[in-house]
Amino acid sequence: MTRRAVITGIGVVAPSGMTADEHWNTVTAGKNKLDLISLFDASGYPVKVAGEVRDFDVTDQVDGRLVVQTDRWTWMSFVAAEQALADAGVDVSTMDPDELSVVMASSSGGNQFGQRELQRLWSQPDRTVGAYQSIAWFYAATVGQLSIRHQAKGPSSVLVSESTGGLESLGHAARTINRGSSVVLAGGLEAPLSPYALACQLGSGRLSTCSDPLRAYRPFDADATGYVPGEGGAVLIVEELGHALARGAEIYGEVAGWGPTHDGQHTVAGSGGSARQYARSMRLALAQARIEPSDVDLVIPDALGVPEFDRSEAEAIDDVFGTHGVPVTSHKALTGRLYQGGSALDVATALLAMRTQVVPGTAGSDNPACDLDFVRTTRESTVDSVLIGARGFDGYNSSVLLRRYVPAETGEK
Amino acid sequence: MTDPSFTERALRRTVVTGIGVVAPGGLTRKDFWSCITAGRTATRRITMFDASTFRSQVAAECDFDPAAAGLSPRDIRRSDRYIQFGLVAAAEALADSGLDLDGEWLRNRTGVVMGSAVGGTTALEQEYVVVSNHGREWLVDHDYAGPFIYQALVPSSLAADIAVHHGVHGPVQVVSTGCTSGIDAIGYAHQLVQDGEADVVIAGASDSPLSPVTAASFDAIKATTPNNHDPEHASRPFDRDRSGFVLGEGAAVLILEELSHALRRNAPIYCEVSGYAARSNGFHMTGLRPDGLEMSLAIDETMRQSQLNPTDVSYICAHGSGTRQNDRHETAAFKRSLGQAAYDIPVSSIKSMIGHSLGAIGAIEMAACALAINTNVVPPTANWANRDPECDLDYTPNTAREVPVNVALSVGSGFGGFQSAMVFRRLAAVSS
Repeated sequence: MTRRAVITGIGVVAPSGMTADEHWNTVTAGKNKLDLISLFDASGYPVKVAGEVRDFDVTDQVDGRLVVQTDRWTWMSFVAAEQALADAGVDVSTMDPDELSVVMASSSGGNQFGQRELQRLWSQPDRTVGAYQSIAWFYAATVGQLSIRHQAKGPSSVLVSESTGGLESLGHAARTINRGSSVVLAGGLEAPLSPYALACQLGSGRLSTCSDPLRAYRPFDADATGYVPGEGGAVLIVEELGHALARGAEIYGEVAGWGPTHDGQHTVAGSGGSARQYARSMRLALAQARIEPSDVDLVIPDALGVPEFDRSEAEAIDDVFGTHGVPVTSHKALTGRLYQGGSALDVATALLAMRTQVVPGTAGSDNPACDLDFVRTTRESTVDSVLIGARGFDGYNSSVLLRRYVPAETGEK
Repeated sequence: MTDPSFTERALRRTVVTGIGVVAPGGLTRKDFWSCITAGRTATRRITMFDASTFRSQVAAECDFDPAAAGLSPRDIRRSDRYIQFGLVAAAEALADSGLDLDGEWLRNRTGVVMGSAVGGTTALEQEYVVVSNHGREWLVDHDYAGPFIYQALVPSSLAADIAVHHGVHGPVQVVSTGCTSGIDAIGYAHQLVQDGEADVVIAGASDSPLSPVTAASFDAIKATTPNNHDPEHASRPFDRDRSGFVLGEGAAVLILEELSHALRRNAPIYCEVSGYAARSNGFHMTGLRPDGLEMSLAIDETMRQSQLNPTDVSYICAHGSGTRQNDRHETAAFKRSLGQAAYDIPVSSIKSMIGHSLGAIGAIEMAACALAINTNVVPPTANWANRDPECDLDYTPNTAREVPVNVALSVGSGFGGFQSAMVFRRLAAVSS
């Protein structure tokens, strides 16, 4: 019998809010949180708009010594992880450290810290970097720090698959639970808004250069012009079902299916990736969860906002669910695209929809170019299962099926 | 702690059916194995960049010519060096396995899982120097950036490029757990096979970290050796006179395959992946406690999964980075897990010859384990001259040893506190 993985805690640090509640208020109200870049002077950049975590102050949340040793990406992860553990009611001090793991995604590492040290190295005659460069810039920095902070000594991992990472972390958390861990910190955050990291992102050719925050990111819309980058994300507490039940935890939902696929070809300009492989990813997640497409209550798509990608995503959804076969809602237009943090944040949205039985209206596509059944306004609705889709740069596809946990009549343990 | 019932539930077994290696001193599987079994060191003064201002000026470099290694001009132009290594090692491993990835069914059931500790940081640094005007500008000028700069920012490109090369449609992932990335990527791939998510996984790791920022980063914490006057003997794991590790670069890729899939096609089988475990020490981002506790817990777990006793282990491919802290830490871990048997098992560190290629080395070491089983040869620890009283095991000094190798254990230890272990065993030894 497979050990089942459920989610019992959510922590959010994102443009949409500094807690899961704030995030939920933002998406249900459809409040656009994009704004002109304030973290640095972006006037010389073609991209002017981003989703920033405004007023983020780490000083009262993390020990000053640790702040000096880590990047903004890790700071936000510290805060989101604390929140998620508190929300789950998990007291790590009472746990066997061997049964606590951290499996999180990282798409680009400690960007701001790394740029500062590169600047020191290349602009100063002594050609040195600080002592913390070796532990702050690399992709494993956040997971390493969290494992120390929370004494998580079980198997940990760091997954790098660009924007699919937040979903991939749930699949791998479930594998890790199946092998014996009781609690896994999953999800991921991103801090890609440093001058150099933004310059790198421009290389993808997919960013929106629209300077109007209200119009810059319009996935599935006739006026879609690319995506707006954002920072932040979510930490999710994935827990073995029996462990959660034994301590009377409130369960948001079950990680019931996942299905990574790859296009197996480079995404050439104008193609929008493989709808076929993306659809196969969705079907794998549904098959694992043993659920029919007609029983899925909601889809939260990747919503890249690049017309050819929007079209191929709509094609994949149509292929799996049939025309107008499933309600679709997306909120990336409110926060920007947070890379792996964005797919993790979509998981938070899905879980909150299941908990409240409310579907937030979709954002950014007032004049849809794609024929999907968009949820136009926030409404009460049965939400027992949600499929979340994500795609990563150069061919990554990922889907996760989350299902509301309903205790069996008898004998469920 | 693994649920003991998992081993019983896991009916699908993973075997290694192909190996590809790009390493300093040997740019193919065969040349790599010849180099390290001859005890030849590939460490030298750094030639890839001007290292004269750095404390540590030695490294193990690959004399790698991507065109000669079979890459197309397009691949050479668009791929960072670490991706080029990965592409070449993956092609060699696939050819070695005899697998033909032509059918759609098989492509859907084939994945790619690659490890890398630092990904495209070498390219990122080179681009940075240009767009920042040698660090003068904080607000860098993106107009000067090369066309593949985004691929350098996101190391997911490594696995994506390999997947594209071979038309793979299964699960694709990059695992980046610092210096345990190689073992952890192969472990992740093994779990995909165990769980039925894939039948074949192209799994390994690649890193090409030899650049000023890497040198400066390790200088800053004095992790790398200052022994610049004698580069060929600068990497001295387990030796009393060790002085830190020597950076390296390279890649290794293994073809992991579900056992019955391999048997059906009469594939050459190097060995079985019989155990994989990871632990975090929850202690320090770079420091290691001398007791080796968490590494030992990982070893214990792999031994349980493998259903083996300490005396069954024929060879230990050590992390052996050549820092005092590491060498004591893992020596303690081996003793803690294997007891008295630890003294009788040949241990070696191939980092003594090919340096420490960060995330890649774990995969290269697993390749060495598979080849040790295949050839019944244990590669040596080069440059071992003086016993360290704190390191009193048999480190296979300087000369390879011909001994029956049925079970090989490898460990890795990395920044972030990650500790990983993996066991390969000869298939014949267990399927009778």
